[in-house]
Amino acid sequence: MVFPFVWMFSSSFKTSEEIYEMSLIPNEPTIANYEFIFKYSMFPRWFLNSMIVAVVTTISVLFFDSLIGYTLAKYTFPGKNIIFILILSTLMIPTEMLVIPWYIMVRQLGWMETYWSIMFPGMISAFGIFLMKQFMSTIPDDLLDAARIDGVSEFGIFIRIVIPLVKPALATLAIFNFVGNWNAFLWPLIVAQTPKMYTLPVGVSYFSSENLTRWELIMTGAAVSTIPLIIFFIIFQKQIVKGIAMSGLKG
Amino acid sequence: MGQKRIVTAYVFLAIPLVFYIVVRFYPMIYAFWLSFTNWRLISPKKDFVGFDNFVKLFKDKVFTTSLWNTIKYVTFGIPLVIVLSLFLATTLNRVRHLQWFYRLLYVMPYITPLVAVSWVWRWIYQRPPAGILNNVLMAFGLDAQPFLSSMNQSLPAIVVTTVWVNLGYCIIIYLAGLQTIPQEYIEAAEIDGATSRQSFFKITLPLLNPITVFLVVTQSITFLRIFTQVYNMTDQGSGGPLNATKPLVLYIYQKAFRSFDMGLASSATVILFMLIMGITLIQLLVLNKRVQY
Repeated sequence: MVFPFVWMFSSSFKTSEEIYEMSLIPNEPTIANYEFIFKYSMFPRWFLNSMIVAVVTTISVLFFDSLIGYTLAKYTFPGKNIIFILILSTLMIPTEMLVIPWYIMVRQLGWMETYWSIMFPGMISAFGIFLMKQFMSTIPDDLLDAARIDGVSEFGIFIRIVIPLVKPALATLAIFNFVGNWNAFLWPLIVAQTPKMYTLPVGVSYFSSENLTRWELIMTGAAVSTIPLIIFFIIFQKQIVKGIAMSGLKG
Repeated sequence: MGQKRIVTAYVFLAIPLVFYIVVRFYPMIYAFWLSFTNWRLISPKKDFVGFDNFVKLFKDKVFTTSLWNTIKYVTFGIPLVIVLSLFLATTLNRVRHLQWFYRLLYVMPYITPLVAVSWVWRWIYQRPPAGILNNVLMAFGLDAQPFLSSMNQSLPAIVVTTVWVNLGYCIIIYLAGLQTIPQEYIEAAEIDGATSRQSFFKITLPLLNPITVFLVVTQSITFLRIFTQVYNMTDQGSGGPLNATKPLVLYIYQKAFRSFDMGLASSATVILFMLIMGITLIQLLVLNKRVQY
């Protein structure tokens, strides 16, 4: 299972002469490929773009999904069930169907070549709303009522009481969104039309076709786009495994 | 008091509701509408043409090939991913040591950028002297294979890559399911003289049924939407050689963002949508019939 990863990393430390040799451990390990990528290509910019996109959309999803989940779990108001069903039904719409209208919208609104155009479709996630609603319905109403009697505002209850209680669910959601946005390919490929606005996956794809024979650079690019996720994974591995398991047990 | 809370709820939901209308529902309706027009991005002409696009699609050999390829991805990929992950999960479930470590290994491909995965596998499949797989074959005295440049081998090669990516996800979900099966059931069966094979097929497998259905459906949708790996593993992202690996989504991408034929591309997205809808509805039907054990 891990062989392709090992190969990717080992190749990224090989010289262009050694790259076609089948040795797993480079004879003369070098960081020249990393130096090249960071000094003479637009990788640093793509890295930054990916970071901005993944971080901003994740913050937005955490805020809105927990707010919507909370409202749907803890308030009674006309139209609640319809709203919940409508939001859940969007899970069935494939992104591929929406990209053409989105592209037309982005062009008409003059958002081409902006971060906003890459990020706006992912600012709220229906899966996250479902997850947060499930979690928040387990919070006892008495707790919220007690806060109301103490004079805490409705928004204050959400921020100061509800949010701290659902941290594990927030962590799961954060991981899913960060990974999902970091790895997203189709939509960034469509809207990022000049190299300046590429995200890492689009960059690797472009970089590779431009340097078709420079496998050592391609492998380094692939490794660079993977490293942040590996770090992320090592820190949050328990939550990731739990989160994936949770995503399957909802059915 | 009640009145005030209702107002608060609507205030909290205001921005998300606008978002859902503008970014999800309106574009969906717009895509449906576009599928009945002959609009090309470069011309202002946007006439209603009824089902013309759909007729055109099914007359287009590239479209029928990519639809057929998509069906192949699903029918080759799903049995592989389900059987392998079930096998590996039941094996892993018995391992008591270093479980976290194995889980880590299996989740890795799932969280890695698919673009990176695609390029590593593209290299694995290269011709000699570069291709790793061919070097292994030759070391065993076998012939080198063309893999990605072959009409017959390229699609299965991409299926293998995709199975490798999704395996970890399915294993984790099966493991979670296996842990909910009461150990007493298996022990009781053993006391009654059941072999481990019998208890697997008579107890474990039926109890995992809902999870298997869930995985078959979600994985089918994943395989129906295959794009990134084909775009990155074929020359110039063409879905070649000669459309042998081109899936539906790549066809849509090329029609919409290479030829700018927005009407026709939208019709193809409607077909993709209906395939996904169909699979989801089948899931609902099967799950509602869930038998109690």
